[in-house]
Amino acid sequence: MMILIAVISLGVIGAVGALFLYAASKKFEVYEDPRIGQVQEVLPGANCGACGYPGCSGFATACVKSDTMDGLNCPVGGAATMAQVSTILGKDAGTAEPMVAVVRCNGNCDARPKTNRYDGARNCSVASSLYMGETGCSYGCFGFGDCVTVCAFDAIHINPQTGLPEVDDDKCTSCGLCVKACPRKIIELRKKGPKSRRVFVSCINKDKGGVARKACANACIGCGKCAKECAFDAITIENNLAYIDYNKCRLCRKCAPVCPTGAILETNFPPRKEKAVETATENTNKTE
Amino acid sequence: MLKTFRIGGIHPPENKLSAGKKITPLAPPEQVIIPLSQHIGAPAAAVVKKGDPVRVGSLVGKANGFVSANIHSSVSGKVSKIDDALDASGYRRPAIFIDVEGDEWEESIDRTETFVREKAVTAEQIIQRITEAGIVGLGGATFPTQVKLTPPPGSKAEILIINAAECEPYLTADHTLMLEKGEEVLTGTSLLMKAIHVTKAVIGIENNKKDAISHLQRLAANYKGIEVMALKTQYPQGGEKQLIDSIIRRQVKSGALPISVGAVVQNVGTAFAVYEAVMKNKPLIERIVTVTGKAVTNASNFRVRIGTPIQKLIDAAGGLPEGTGKIIGGGPMMGKALISTDVPVAKGSSGVLILSEEEARRKPMMDCIRCAKCVNVCPMGINPTTLMTATEFTNWELAEKNHITDCIECGSCTYTCPANRPLLDYIRLGKGKVMGIIRSRKA
Repeated sequence: MMILIAVISLGVIGAVGALFLYAASKKFEVYEDPRIGQVQEVLPGANCGACGYPGCSGFATACVKSDTMDGLNCPVGGAATMAQVSTILGKDAGTAEPMVAVVRCNGNCDARPKTNRYDGARNCSVASSLYMGETGCSYGCFGFGDCVTVCAFDAIHINPQTGLPEVDDDKCTSCGLCVKACPRKIIELRKKGPKSRRVFVSCINKDKGGVARKACANACIGCGKCAKECAFDAITIENNLAYIDYNKCRLCRKCAPVCPTGAILETNFPPRKEKAVETATENTNKTE
Repeated sequence: MLKTFRIGGIHPPENKLSAGKKITPLAPPEQVIIPLSQHIGAPAAAVVKKGDPVRVGSLVGKANGFVSANIHSSVSGKVSKIDDALDASGYRRPAIFIDVEGDEWEESIDRTETFVREKAVTAEQIIQRITEAGIVGLGGATFPTQVKLTPPPGSKAEILIINAAECEPYLTADHTLMLEKGEEVLTGTSLLMKAIHVTKAVIGIENNKKDAISHLQRLAANYKGIEVMALKTQYPQGGEKQLIDSIIRRQVKSGALPISVGAVVQNVGTAFAVYEAVMKNKPLIERIVTVTGKAVTNASNFRVRIGTPIQKLIDAAGGLPEGTGKIIGGGPMMGKALISTDVPVAKGSSGVLILSEEEARRKPMMDCIRCAKCVNVCPMGINPTTLMTATEFTNWELAEKNHITDCIECGSCTYTCPANRPLLDYIRLGKGKVMGIIRSRKA
């Protein structure tokens, strides 16, 4: 009898509670588009913020809510992920060119002699807030690896031989975290290019030619030879510095051999034929 | 009981090696490098070009904006170029290079050493002269003086405080100045009082300069409204907000200016520069620089033309000793290591400190042990370890909430940290970032 009373009373309390909760859940229900969850499922889940939204869930919400997929791209997942997203949502995702982080400093230990010794915090941002750095170049890489620390994909590492960061093209998702972390703005997202082939000026020194050259043997001196050589108007010289527009560059590689300091790097190309100028072959081997 | 500020503070070894050394004037070098950015605010705009002849006191850079200052040639000769030059900031910035020929001064300048006590000038004229002469705070912050003397509408100055604490170890430039140019300093103080319409001024001096205190006290008897006050030797006694707290027992609120408590603070070197500008019509073209260090053979105080490479000063002090580890521009607490001896003396250069390898060595950084020593010594009552961590992890909201912008960068936290953590290095970075964020929010 005692047991029966206990079972019945508890059962009644339970039933009342259940009814109340059911009513409350109906009354206060917040509708969430189930597609947000589905989209989030296919996203990489790195929460890196490369898309410009706060994490993957923010991006998923944005994808579902917006009418078109213009400007919405997950660089980490790339075309494959975006294709999945567009199937879920039934919107055309458009194709974004794959990008990759490129380190625009070639001032390795041999090319850029040290003029002083830094003994403060091993952090590029801190060093940059203090002074121009251990070498005569006030634009070049510090080599303390703020970019390495910030990378969520293990795609960038400091090469102990050169003291410069190197990007692993296969691992790099072009999320842009390293671009933001670098106090010197050395890293740039550039078009990955067919077979990862790229031509770029590996220097951002805006000093006058003589000053830049004195600080670093591999510096761009702004002589403009490359710009003259370029048949596609892809190279501009501004503030003593050449810049190759990756949207205009056709990867003809004519600019690299004429560079007197070897500041133009070409990556993942097959070796040049014999007729190429000697200085060029020397530089071709220097990949990032 | 000597007066002092109520929060934090440390007492590092004083090492005032050059105390009591007379001011030695240094001959102009063969070439001076005059940076266009010697003050806080917008760099001055060059008004000379290559090949222009200049005389001592000629205007070469014009103030470019409200918070900016004029710059004058410190030598006579010819402008050889306008180019980037490495300065004490550690970066290459625009500067005027002048090749020295002869020593011709602008005619308006009174070059004599005779002391001028009285001159009929109005407050406006004083401020105008200060603006023309390009005077900036000579304590090290180099804030244009005329800006500080024109309080924002609605606020009124009640008291002038002259900062003669010279709390930085090693430095003796202000000390020597007070001993040798006491009358001039007091006259400069009277002029500043007149400029801001106050009847009371206090000169605060740390108690480790007893000779300067008694000397100025004796002279001040002839000056109306000026009091000389001995303060406890405690770093950073010369911090603007600390000095106000020490002397008038008022605390400046977070983010507020000293004028909010009715105080205007000027450095003693600035007072002297004001005297020279108003009474002698002489722009700010030279300053007193202490060259010191335990291994320096002749640690002294030099009167140096602005733009002189510090190599000249080091030579005059007996050359660079062997085993030099670091050359610091300024004092050991707030100064900054220089990466070349070609760096020129600027308006804010109070000293050149030469440390041996042993003294300069930084001990390896260890993990924070949560001892809170940095919190105890922080004179601004903020939490350095939290601020460092916030900066390390780029958590700017946390940094702002913990008042990172109140940091005066005195370095007491780093000095006291038993785990050798570079607290200030990070906080300075974070402060800059947070200030940028605040500015962009207002814009």
